[in-house]
Amino acid sequence: MTTPFEPVLLKRLGKPDSVTLASYRRDGGYQALAKALAMPRTRVIDIVRESGLRGRGGAGFPCGVKWGFLPEDHSGPIYLCVNGDESEPGTFNNRILLEEDPHQVLEGIIIGSYATRAQVAYLYLRYEYGRSYRVLESAIAELYDAGLLGKNILGSEYSLDIYLHRGAGAYICGEETGLIESLEGKRAWPRIKPPFPAVEGAFRKPTVINNVETLACVTHILARGADWFKTMGVPKDPANPRDLGSYGPKLYCVSGHVEKPGLFELPLGITARELIDHHAGGVWKGRQAKAVVPGGISMGFLSASELDTPLDFAGPGRVGCLGLGTAALIVIDDQTSMVDVLYNTCRFFAHESCGQCTPCREGTAWSTKILERIRAGHGQLRDLDLLMEIAQSMGTIPGTTICGLADGAAWPMKNALTKFRADFEDHIQSGKKSSTRTLVGAH
Amino acid sequence: MTSPSSPQSPAAPSPPLSTTMLVDDVEVAVGKKENIIQAARKAGVEIPHYCWHPDLSVVASCRMCLVEVGDRRPNGDVVMGPKLVPACQTPTKPDMVVKTQTPKVKQSQSTTLEYLLLNHPLDCSICDQAGECYLQDYTFKFGHAHSRLQEPKIQRIDKHHIGEQIVLFTDRCVMCTRCVRFTREVAGTAELQVINRGSGEEIDVFPGHPCNNKLAGNVVDICPVGALCSKDFLYKKRVWWLKNQESVCTGCSTGCSIHADQSDDHLYRLRPRENPLAQGRFMCDEGRFGFHYVNDPNRLKLPIVRADRTPTDATSPAGKFDDPWPAAIQAVHHAMTRPDRKNIVILSPFMTCEEAYLLASWAKSLPSPAHLALGPVPMTGDDDHYPKGPKGESPSGRSIKFTIRAEKAPNRWGVAAIVQHWEGDLVDWSQTAQQLAAGQFQQAYIVGGASGYLDQLDITWVASLSFLTVQDILPSPLSERADVVLASGSFAEREGAFVNHAGLAQLIKPAIRSPGEARPDGRLLMGLVVRPGLYHAATIRDEMADIMSAFKAWKGNSLEPDGLMLERKILTATVVHVPPISQGGSANKGD
Repeated sequence: MTTPFEPVLLKRLGKPDSVTLASYRRDGGYQALAKALAMPRTRVIDIVRESGLRGRGGAGFPCGVKWGFLPEDHSGPIYLCVNGDESEPGTFNNRILLEEDPHQVLEGIIIGSYATRAQVAYLYLRYEYGRSYRVLESAIAELYDAGLLGKNILGSEYSLDIYLHRGAGAYICGEETGLIESLEGKRAWPRIKPPFPAVEGAFRKPTVINNVETLACVTHILARGADWFKTMGVPKDPANPRDLGSYGPKLYCVSGHVEKPGLFELPLGITARELIDHHAGGVWKGRQAKAVVPGGISMGFLSASELDTPLDFAGPGRVGCLGLGTAALIVIDDQTSMVDVLYNTCRFFAHESCGQCTPCREGTAWSTKILERIRAGHGQLRDLDLLMEIAQSMGTIPGTTICGLADGAAWPMKNALTKFRADFEDHIQSGKKSSTRTLVGAH
Repeated sequence: MTSPSSPQSPAAPSPPLSTTMLVDDVEVAVGKKENIIQAARKAGVEIPHYCWHPDLSVVASCRMCLVEVGDRRPNGDVVMGPKLVPACQTPTKPDMVVKTQTPKVKQSQSTTLEYLLLNHPLDCSICDQAGECYLQDYTFKFGHAHSRLQEPKIQRIDKHHIGEQIVLFTDRCVMCTRCVRFTREVAGTAELQVINRGSGEEIDVFPGHPCNNKLAGNVVDICPVGALCSKDFLYKKRVWWLKNQESVCTGCSTGCSIHADQSDDHLYRLRPRENPLAQGRFMCDEGRFGFHYVNDPNRLKLPIVRADRTPTDATSPAGKFDDPWPAAIQAVHHAMTRPDRKNIVILSPFMTCEEAYLLASWAKSLPSPAHLALGPVPMTGDDDHYPKGPKGESPSGRSIKFTIRAEKAPNRWGVAAIVQHWEGDLVDWSQTAQQLAAGQFQQAYIVGGASGYLDQLDITWVASLSFLTVQDILPSPLSERADVVLASGSFAEREGAFVNHAGLAQLIKPAIRSPGEARPDGRLLMGLVVRPGLYHAATIRDEMADIMSAFKAWKGNSLEPDGLMLERKILTATVVHVPPISQGGSANKGD
């Protein structure tokens, strides 16, 4: 990684009128689409598969493989859903992409729809992203005017409509089947699988769901080729045949106790320490980092000694975290009590649990109550074992719930209680009350 | 099943036949469209569950039915999967291996129960469901005895407004959403829904749109805990004092199989009894709550014989402890056996086939054989099909899941077949009424059998009769003018078979004893027709099968448990319906 990295996804940020179609086209926009439309759609899938692009939404599922799951002989409608619900705490990369450079995402949506034979794409946008909504509204209108959406795009046989759908403010709408239910106008309760969305998704038709950033990457892969994409990131581990590698650029959101929080585009595989020290200006006020959330709060915590973990799809998992997630780092300095951090985390998940499955509905609320009591100075050491047991039964026995929210709620508990147990024991044994304001309000 | 839960694969005693699977080492056949819960039942293994119901869609959300699942390889090795899977959601397949007794499964079951009980008020002592509650049962079998919650429980407000017949004890709910799915998928009216999120979730209705559909009472049955209770039954009786008897609802010609729950000869509630041949697993509220006339204090308790139509209880002249029945039966006999009178016997569609047969065969053996007629058949509106569409429209064809029929009597077909056997063709009640009004008959014997059935009849023709016998359970204008009133039994007291709209013959059995000196119709008629011995429905059914082709099929058949389909072609005689009479007592009147 000696060659200087040049950002692609964020390249056009800060340009005047970066949101307009004219400006995007001046920078070579929609040429990737023209290229894609000129080739058979299966070739587009092949290129994306060759590039090794993995979903940026959190699970890291290979994008080309996902597109390949669609039934070939299906004759009815197929839908592409774009997941712009971005509700993982600490994550804001979709927002920047959509607010500042929406056309590279829209181009990716059209390419993705073409590859999957979708004639209708739904862009499910988080309700709170008002500006994104307005920007996208006018960008989509521009595309219709320019003949880039609607019937016979760029004179080809292919037609596509994009509908912008605003969510109603729930974390669970970011879960792909929850998103589909919400899109259908129902309560966003994740569906049981099988059937998987590729077979039966939105309106009971085959559906592909991709993250905003994933589709932005598709645009650049089509423009520059799969080989270009593979020059960045961490190649497959030859010792592990199941490793899929982590290729391409990634948007890292850094927030919390750093001097320069922000969004950084870097090749996958940068270490947390490098990201914090070299890009985000280091931990604020000259302090040390106590813990770092590697990729959205549901991924757990890295301890100070684990900061050299590479932030690729496999890295955080090797040190006991759930995964890379959305690559949203939240830095927690050494003056912060992990009791408070975990309380906030649990409070968030208790508020956002959809309430469908018993373990998640009750477990998230119960753990919050216990932490509330510990913070009030009435904790007992055995509460820590109880918390650990709740975390185990809620999410870490695989299969206990329908969707991954419970795992996401359990992982920070498990990490905090194992890696920072001393914090909790000190707090309980000293009998002190926690006076710290809560960090993140759960709305 | 006493074997320890460690994975064990005995050295392949089972050949790799691909039609069976293993549940806790018991080999069972793989059924069509079956989930693991159903397959386990065949192996005698109970997998606890709350949200799954065979008639509703699968949501797999209670997570109570998690089990370990694996595969049996052709070489006999068993490979278990890493995850626990919901048994309700997982279809069975050949060579599947299910384990329900492993530590992992037991741990998951007890933890899920602890979660469910976390905010559940332990108010079993005042909860109607206690004794038939799946939280109690499963906690006893799969849970542990104490909760580790130190914080206060979430308190919620009871919702008495949720429906006319149902009340929601919000804090007892385990959010299985069976009730929500029922109103959406079976009733189609979709009144119930989930509000709020996470542990704040509650079942509720939209303001001003309570759950009052005609199937609403079923949500009480399908609620696995004491959250949804029936206002009708609330705090009336602890369920462990109830004894149930298999019966059939008399509300309409669907003939829902039911359990009649009684205690001390008081009927407390009706519940649907699963019967795939009749109605499935549900019943309507008209039937469910329409039984209170059985407990009516005004029930006829004594036979009445009126000399010159002046009321005198048959008992009064005789001694206090004398049987009042011989005098009454004597009076009927005396009149009906006169050879110079034209007799008519009017059978009721509320009679069982056996009772109708006893009376009809006697009527035909009289010195002046009586004319047989089918009494009025109450009809109300049109057949009411469910699930309703979004705008209340009725479904059609195969999408119909439940029907409340317009014909509000349980046994029109059975009685009609008996009348037809002797009379050849069946005339409509209005014609019979005309004949009566024209004075064609001097003596009549008319049978009732349900509340309000004979109440609204035009009875001007009574004046032309010289002798009238009424066999009924409640006083009516007709019984006021009768020469002899025979106090008979309601459906909960009688025994015999009803034939429903589709030709399904099902049994009703006596659940309670008739009040006072009233006699269930079978016993009463055995006395009247002077047959030796006690009333035994099965013997009479065999006799009927020999005589009448319509009932040939039930020779030697016990009609249990689900009943027997009779040949429809014999039963589909043309019967013109009578003008509707409204059936009183179907509303929730006091008992």
